[in-house]
Amino acid sequence: MIVELGHFALVLAFAVAIIQSTVPLIGAHRRWSGWMAVAEPAATTQLLLIGFSFAALTWAFVTSDFSLRLVTLNSHTLKPMLYKITGVWGNHEGSLLLWALILALFGASAAWFGGNLPPTLRARVLAVQGMVGVAFLAFMLFTSNPFLRLAVPPLDGQDLNPLLQDPGLAFHPPFLYLGYVGLSMSFSFAVAALIEGRVDAAWGRWVRPWTLAAWVFLTIGIALGSWWAYYELGWGGFWFWDPVENASFMPWLLAAALLHSAIVVEKREALKSWTILLAILAFGFSLIGTFIVRSGVITSVHAFANDPERGVFILLILGVFMGGALTLYAARAHLMEAKGVFSVVSRESALVANNLLLSVSCLVVFVGTLWPLFAELVLDRKLSVGPPFFDAAFTPFVVAMAALLPLGSMLPWKRADLGRAMRPLGGILVLSLACGVLAWTMQTGRSALGPVGVLLAAWVVFGAMADLWQRGGRGGIASRLDRLTRLPRADWGKVTAHIGFGVTVFAVATVTAWKTEDIRVVQIGETYPLGPYAVELRDVREVEGPNYTSTMAELVVRRDGAEVATLTPEKRIYPVAGMPTTEAGIDHSLMRDVYLVIGEPQDGGGWAVRSYIEPFVNFIWIGCALMALGGGLSLTDRRFRVAAGARAPRAAALPAE
Amino acid sequence: MRRLALTLALVLAPLVAGAVEPDEVLADPALEARARDLSQGLRCLVCRNESIDESHADLARDLRLLVRERLVAGDTDVEAIDFIVARYGEYVLLNPTTRGSNLILWLAAPAMLGAGGLIAAFYLRRRSAPGMAPADLTEAERGRLADLMKD
Repeated sequence: MIVELGHFALVLAFAVAIIQSTVPLIGAHRRWSGWMAVAEPAATTQLLLIGFSFAALTWAFVTSDFSLRLVTLNSHTLKPMLYKITGVWGNHEGSLLLWALILALFGASAAWFGGNLPPTLRARVLAVQGMVGVAFLAFMLFTSNPFLRLAVPPLDGQDLNPLLQDPGLAFHPPFLYLGYVGLSMSFSFAVAALIEGRVDAAWGRWVRPWTLAAWVFLTIGIALGSWWAYYELGWGGFWFWDPVENASFMPWLLAAALLHSAIVVEKREALKSWTILLAILAFGFSLIGTFIVRSGVITSVHAFANDPERGVFILLILGVFMGGALTLYAARAHLMEAKGVFSVVSRESALVANNLLLSVSCLVVFVGTLWPLFAELVLDRKLSVGPPFFDAAFTPFVVAMAALLPLGSMLPWKRADLGRAMRPLGGILVLSLACGVLAWTMQTGRSALGPVGVLLAAWVVFGAMADLWQRGGRGGIASRLDRLTRLPRADWGKVTAHIGFGVTVFAVATVTAWKTEDIRVVQIGETYPLGPYAVELRDVREVEGPNYTSTMAELVVRRDGAEVATLTPEKRIYPVAGMPTTEAGIDHSLMRDVYLVIGEPQDGGGWAVRSYIEPFVNFIWIGCALMALGGGLSLTDRRFRVAAGARAPRAAALPAE
Repeated sequence: MRRLALTLALVLAPLVAGAVEPDEVLADPALEARARDLSQGLRCLVCRNESIDESHADLARDLRLLVRERLVAGDTDVEAIDFIVARYGEYVLLNPTTRGSNLILWLAAPAMLGAGGLIAAFYLRRRSAPGMAPADLTEAERGRLADLMKD
């Protein structure tokens, strides 16, 4: 009964979304305030209905209602409760319902906190948001209904993909969706502004918190996914340039570009039409990402729904929204007249360079991801584009961005003197070079990747600190510190996020350059050397889990005779899903991770053991957390609350990972 | 001798293979390092987007052994890769070639960067053109300014 009510609520939400997407739009055009006012209750109602629908599906999963097709396919009575709940979005239909729920959540918060937007703009934003809702609810109801019943319910379910039964991955999709869907707000603002025919500093200020929130969620989502890949896939990698990873990375890059260009709109009323275009494209890439994941056109570990009909539907959504928005853009972009004038050496130019690098790097990922598809369809050439291409083509952009960042972030607006701006950075440059040289001397005869990465990272991190220090003005340390504490939160956010970027660059470069690996057969009781450590394979035994059986090894890591850690890597088999997974044994620390994986038993006795030492690897996620924290700090800036209408309550709830 | 060890390894290969098993590793570390490098650029054909270096599939193991066999036989890196491409097709290469239409793939980014850079430079020059600054006021604004100045 609850399930039927949930289904019914979803249909009702679809009807409400149709009203939300039409009535306020007509109202805004005709200046009928009554019609415009429909938007707000409609958005709230939509949230309540989809929320109820989502709760109903969760209920079905929690109570293991196997008369529901989706529950049968993705759940099992023995599964731990946490994964019964996360199983709701661990499949195509459920994850779409989560998508719709988050969309409604963003729409409703725009309705609640958009009190001081001009009424016509608010009505239009909510109407566009309603249209996106209509499209996705229709997609769900017509091709991917989560509430389908089975005529003959089985006794037990077929279990969730065991790879997804993991805390890191359980919360990876919701964050990613918060990011993807958050970009729909920027899209709605852009389209509404095009309909209004007006973009000004206030618009830039309104759109920025939404983009910032979306970007923060994307950062957390991507970091969780990469952390999961690191400890779950069992070879110590953290990023694989998998099509689905790229699908989330492209909107992240464009959202980062949008964040920066919206600053120029807000402060200097320039780059308006470019910012609008970016807002449209960022959401477009979210849709492309959805298409790549959901259609399964590009083979990938993550694509759990490969259905041509669904792929075509998403392509249709993409075509309608991008086609419509870009046509509108072509017709109206000339109205976005820029006001600010600035010289070639200025903060504005630096932000243009930032946007150029971020969007072209996004293009690299895009071309690389879709090239195999294009080559097969158009050129009849079956080929692959893998990590070697992306490493070669993407890295130069990161290097250029890191090299420009400290200078660009310190240039004054309008007109800058390059010599004067460089002055506080001279010492930083020397310091960074010293760090690079130090790294060079500490490694022996390896690639330049490590030292160059250290140099760039030091340049970015110390440059950001110098930026902050300079904001303290002249005078003694006390007066500087006093001034620093009174700086707007956005300034702190900027510095924190830039430091986070530097830290991530540092970690990626060093772990890639200095990782060591060891593969060997080890007898039980045998000790083998691993870098500065001695590792003993003490035991291998069979262990029963709640819904799996596991081969668990016990390895003791010692250094100079003293025990550092006892690690228990596992090989699990989930009999219901018939799938093996690996659980690495990892000793985490800031300086390095010791990462052990147990392999197959060998014919001559003993076990294959893979061991890695991963230097500084945890700084990858510390850097991501800093970036997210920086975004969160900016979100709490007073300016957004005062001017953009109190849009901050969700920022306070941001987990710092 | 190495050849013999390799053949033995092939014969004695366990039924379930994992990514780079200890019995595959070549005795010569320099050769093994080259083999690992090459493996990372070759796709496991039955997997989803995994290199043969990472994959647990049997086919990946066969390819890893084939790469090592070629290197032991004295092939250069290029010869070994060509040998495998001749048998399994271009699809096996994770690092796409720079031949033919693939040039578009490789040149897309530099071309866009160049074009974008030109557009940006043009835009910046126009933005910074002297004499643009005061022309920003509309007629109405200028009138209002004049009114204000009168008081």
